[in-house]
Parts: sequence; structure tokens; C-alpha cells
Amino acid sequence: MKICVLVKEVPDAAVEKKLNPSTGRMDRSGERNLNPYDTHAIEAAMQVREGGSIPVEEIVAVTMGPESAVRALHKAVSLGADRSVHLCDEALAGSDVAATGYALAKTLERESPDLVLLGQQSDDGECYTIGAVVAEHLGMPSLTQVIKMDVSGEALRCERQAEYGYDTVEVKLPAVISVGDAINEPRYPSLKAIMGAKKKQLDSLSAGDAQVDPAKVGGENSAAQWIAAKPPPAKAAGEIIEDEDTGETVERIVAWLDERKLI
Amino acid sequence: MPNILVYALHYDGAINKNSLGAVSEGARLAEELGGEAHAIMLGEGVAEDLAASLGRYGAKKVLVAEGPEGLAQPLVDAMAKAIGDGGYGYALFGGGLLGFEIGAGLAARLGAGVAMEVTNVRAEGGKLIAERPILGDSAISEIAYRSPVGIIIGRLNAFEARESGAGSAQVEQLSFELSEHATRATMITRGEQRGADVDIEGADVLVAGGRGLGKPEGFKLCEELAQAFGGNSAVAATRAVVDAGWYPYAAQIGQTGKTVSPKLYLAAGISGAIQHKVGMQSSENIVAINKDANAPIFEFSDLGIVGDLNKILPKLTEAVKAKKAS
Ligand SMILES: Cc1cc2nc3c(=O)[nH]c(=O)nc-3n(C[C@H](O)[C@H](O)[C@H](O)COP(=O)(O)OP(=O)(O)OC[C@H]3O[C@@H](n4cnc5c(N)ncnc54)[C@H](O)[C@@H]3O)c2cc1C
Ligand SMILES: Nc1ncnc2c1ncn2[C@@H]1O[C@H](COP(=O)(O)O)[C@@H](O)[C@H]1O
Repeated sequence: MKICVLVKEVPDAAVEKKLNPSTGRMDRSGERNLNPYDTHAIEAAMQVREGGSIPVEEIVAVTMGPESAVRALHKAVSLGADRSVHLCDEALAGSDVAATGYALAKTLERESPDLVLLGQQSDDGECYTIGAVVAEHLGMPSLTQVIKMDVSGEALRCERQAEYGYDTVEVKLPAVISVGDAINEPRYPSLKAIMGAKKKQLDSLSAGDAQVDPAKVGGENSAAQWIAAKPPPAKAAGEIIEDEDTGETVERIVAWLDERKLI
Repeated sequence: MPNILVYALHYDGAINKNSLGAVSEGARLAEELGGEAHAIMLGEGVAEDLAASLGRYGAKKVLVAEGPEGLAQPLVDAMAKAIGDGGYGYALFGGGLLGFEIGAGLAARLGAGVAMEVTNVRAEGGKLIAERPILGDSAISEIAYRSPVGIIIGRLNAFEARESGAGSAQVEQLSFELSEHATRATMITRGEQRGADVDIEGADVLVAGGRGLGKPEGFKLCEELAQAFGGNSAVAATRAVVDAGWYPYAAQIGQTGKTVSPKLYLAAGISGAIQHKVGMQSSENIVAINKDANAPIFEFSDLGIVGDLNKILPKLTEAVKAKKAS
């Protein structure tokens, strides 16, 4: 089978995320990296391959993003993907979730995957929803937040936590699965894999190449329209204790609790 | 088209509290728009009186659809059918998990705009504007809709359930076709409770542990501290450690767990992700111990301790015991 993994480039965890006040879009300056949640999706693909219950011919990393996103693809390849696809076009800038999911679905259609895997959330957008959008466009069943996935023949047996506890769901392939971060412990890439990543096939597609209808993407054509951003209601800052002398720290905690009659 | 269609999640003969909040909010907004709030329920034999009871929260009509429960795609089909029949300008969902999946699928099906994690909605010029906190709640963005239908997915506990006193809602059967892909997922077991059945909702003091405890045995430190507080205290957990099997699901706080508001909530080794925060932010006093000074939990704690929980918790337990004995 063929697995496509959706990956995204996001600001590094150490970078303070902020908005560009004039466009309402994310400020894209600063160090960027592969979305950490996506490494779980790549690892899940690798475990399907290594599990051996079904032969995996290919694992393809797919992203939509600016030119710099090739680095996220290289990282994905160093973690095990065989090659990658980069949908990159000025016309896509500012797309909302629905438009992004649509464009990704068009890109995936060219690959005809048996399984599409993605992360539970992007570290910057935090929409939790791309998987459901992509699945609807591809006409595939889908689940999000999956923390256990067993492949058997033409179907997946998935477990995930929903509102009332853990659900076990059988999903027939082809399918779109967003994995939760508890599904696995992603491996570290070997030095050899990091060095070799840039040599693997990387196809760069324009919106036209992917047959993305330009009238359905980009900030201006997105159905959800960003109109303004404002600061959240001010909240009194809490007190902070840096623990240097634990005996003293604990005394201060107890005094704080005692003052509020919590002990 | 000023009517609002609200998804009502139900399980085991009861309607989800967040869905009740969404119905109340839908009724409030529909009134401002000069329309009605209707709810939609899907399941295998949804009881008519359960559906009609949504009238108390302001739904004028409840559409009841027959189909497999607990999965999103059948609801995308049912809601797309109802919206296609006409009259609806918005679809509204309370917080949780299914609402995200259904709302997103519906946005794709209808080419509609969607805003998720919405904490506030207002009517302006006959249209709705959704407010959504972003970037770890450091800013709030405002979203309007260019599409004929706008989709609003609320954050957990954002919309309060209010009984408006109105009578029963009119119940109507909705017939719809399941799309092919919606038939390709089957629920095998639903709502499995993993681990012991513990009660955290009534506790005055909650000592909550997260991944920072390092290993399942780390919860001993939390249990000992809770015991030192004595009385009505209990131990709670994050999803990360529940998914990992370290602690029972019944002790989980957050979006897909419990909502609590104890007098004291003490977090050890918890980062403070939004999905956790929504379940505990109304606690009276929040104390957090985390070794990372940049952990989001310090943004909403009343007392934050930057340090190693392995050093602090045992000593704190002793100190609390000593204080109680004095
Ligand atoms: C749809 C959805 C639903 C979700 N529902 C829930 C939910 O209901 N409840 C929930 O909790 N989460 C939920 N989550 C998951 C949530 O996003 C977080 O992943 C989770 O809350 C993180 O748990 P954590 O804080 O234990 O772990 P982490 O985020 O890994 O944080 C561990 C923290 O421990 C600190 N630490 C490590 N070692 C030490 C030490 N020795 N001393 C002190 N501090 C230390 C670290 O600095 C870190 O901040 C949901 C996610 C999604 C997408
Ligand atoms: N621009 C993108 N390109 C490829 N994959 C993406 C993109 N945006 C989001 N994803 C995938 O969708 C998942 C969920 O993202 P989100 O819905 O934005 O929280 C991420 O973990 C990625 O796997």
C-alpha cells in the first residue's frame, strides 16, 4: 500500500508566535521546523511498514506552504518518508482551513494513497480539523485523535478517546487518519538519513499542477474571513517562585495556601 | 436565512452538557438574527421526549435522523441534507471532539467557512461574527463568513446551558442518505472506561499530574500530597498520561474529560494545553509546579513554582502534614 503523510512547517517551539497586525496572518519570521505533531504521523507510517502485516510500497510526505517548507519535507524524509511533494504557490497564501484542506486533497488525489496520515494539530494554526476536510474532499472515511491503529487486510482498527471514553472503530481503506501524540514515540533520524534526505525526490507543484481551482484558495477567496485581532481580557499575573532552596520554596507555598485557608 | 442549526450530541439517553450550551447560545443568537434555533440529533432510535426536551433550552424544532452513533461522517450527511433543504445561515457546535470533525466535514461539503475553538459569538448587521482565541490564547481573532452558511465550533464550556423556560420543541424526522464513505467506518465499542472509576468532580482539593511525573509511579507523589491535604481531596490527570495508561480515564480533566472547579487545583508536571485548561480554568485557586518557566500553565496560575516536582512534591507533602498537625 501507499501512505501519504501530511506535514507542515511551523515556527520552532522556542519562537514566540505572534500575528502580523496588518494582515492578521502569522508572523513567519524566526526559526522554523517540522510540526512536532507530524513526526508521530510519520512514525505511525513507519510502524505500519515495519509491522509487516501489509507491504508498504511507498511513504510520501506532502505539504502545502511557502518555499521554506522544503526543510520540513527534508526532515520528514530523514524520518522515513521515501520522497516528498511540495504544493507551493503564491495564490495559496492566507488560505483558511477549508481552502487548505481542499488544496491538499487535490494534491493527494494525484497520488491515490491507500492511507493518509496526519498530525493531531499544527503547532501554529491549531485547528485540529484538516483531516476531516481532506477526507470529505477525497470521499474517504476518517477519524481524528487516533492513539492505536492496527492494519488488517483492507481495514484499520483504530482506538481514540472521544467525549465519553475510548472508542474502537473499524475503518475501511482508503482512509484519512489523524494520529494523537500518544500513538508512538517518534524515532530520531540517523545522521546518514539526514545527509541523504536532500537527495530524495521532491516534486514541487504549482496550484495549476495540482488542478487546484484558484477561485477556491488564498486569503481573499477563503470563506472564513479574518476581520480583526484583539488582545484577550487582561488577567492579573500570578505570583512566581523560582525554586532555589526547596525548603524555603515549600514554606512559601504553605504560607500562600494558609493565607487563603486552603490547608 | 437567519435560522441556526445546532448539533446535539447525546449518549446513553442524555444530551451532552456542551450541546445544551450550544442550543442555548444558538437560541440567543437566532433571536438576534430574527430566526429560530433548531437542533439535530442522530442515532439509533432517538427518544422523542429526549429530542423535545431541547425546547427548554430554546430550540424551536428538533430534527431527528436515524443513523450510526458516535461517528462524524453520518452527521455531515444529515446536516448537509437539512441545510440543503433551506433556511439555515449557520451551523453551531458545542465543545468536544465530534463537533470538530462534523463541523470540518460540513465546511468541506458546503464550501463553508469554519471557525473553531470559538469562545464568543456576536450578531452584527444581521450576521454572526465568531471570536476565536489563537496562539495559545495570547490573541483573539474575529472571523466573519463570506459563504452562505457559516460554521461555528465552540470551545468546551464556552456556551452556558440556560433553561429559557419555553416548552417542548417540535420534533421532526429527517430522512437523508448516507454517503458511501460514511458507511466505511463502523463503531466496534464506544465509551470504554479505562482504569478505576474514581470521583474527582466533588473534590475541594485536586492534585493533578501530567507527563512531567515521568512514569506511572510518579502519581504516588500526587496521591501522597492529596492524602496530606486530607478531607475532600483527590488526584486528577491530563490526557497525555491517561492515553499512556498511567492513570484512569475517570480522573482526566479537559476537553474530552471532566470539567472541575475545586477550591484548590495544584498541577504538577502539566504544561497547560488549551484542551486541559478548558476543564479546570474556573478553579478558585490554581497552583502549578513546572520546571519550564515558559510553560503555558504559568499564564493562568495564581501561584507558579518553577522547579523540579520530584524535589518539591515530597517536601510539600511533609510541610502540609506538619501544618495540619500544628
Ligand atoms: C481534541 C483534543 C482533545 C484533548 N483533550 C484533552 C483533555 O481532555 N485533557 C487533557 O489534559 N488534554 C487533552 N488534550 C491533549 C492536550 O493538548 C495536551 O497534549 C495534554 O494536556 C498535555 O498533557 P501534559 O501537560 O501532561 O503533558 P506535556 O504537555 O508533555 O507537559 C508536561 C510538562 O511537564 C513539565 N515537566 C517535565 N518534567 C518535570 C519535572 N521533573 N518537574 C516539573 N515539571 C516537569 C514539562 O516542562 C511540561 O510542561 C487534547 C488534545 C486534543 C487535540
Ligand atoms: N499546510 C499544510 N500542509 C500539509 N499538512 C498540513 C498543513 N496544515 C495542516 N496540515 C496537517 O494537518 C494536521 C492538523 O493541522 P491543523 O488542522 O491545522 O491543526 C497537521 O498536523 C498536519 O499534519
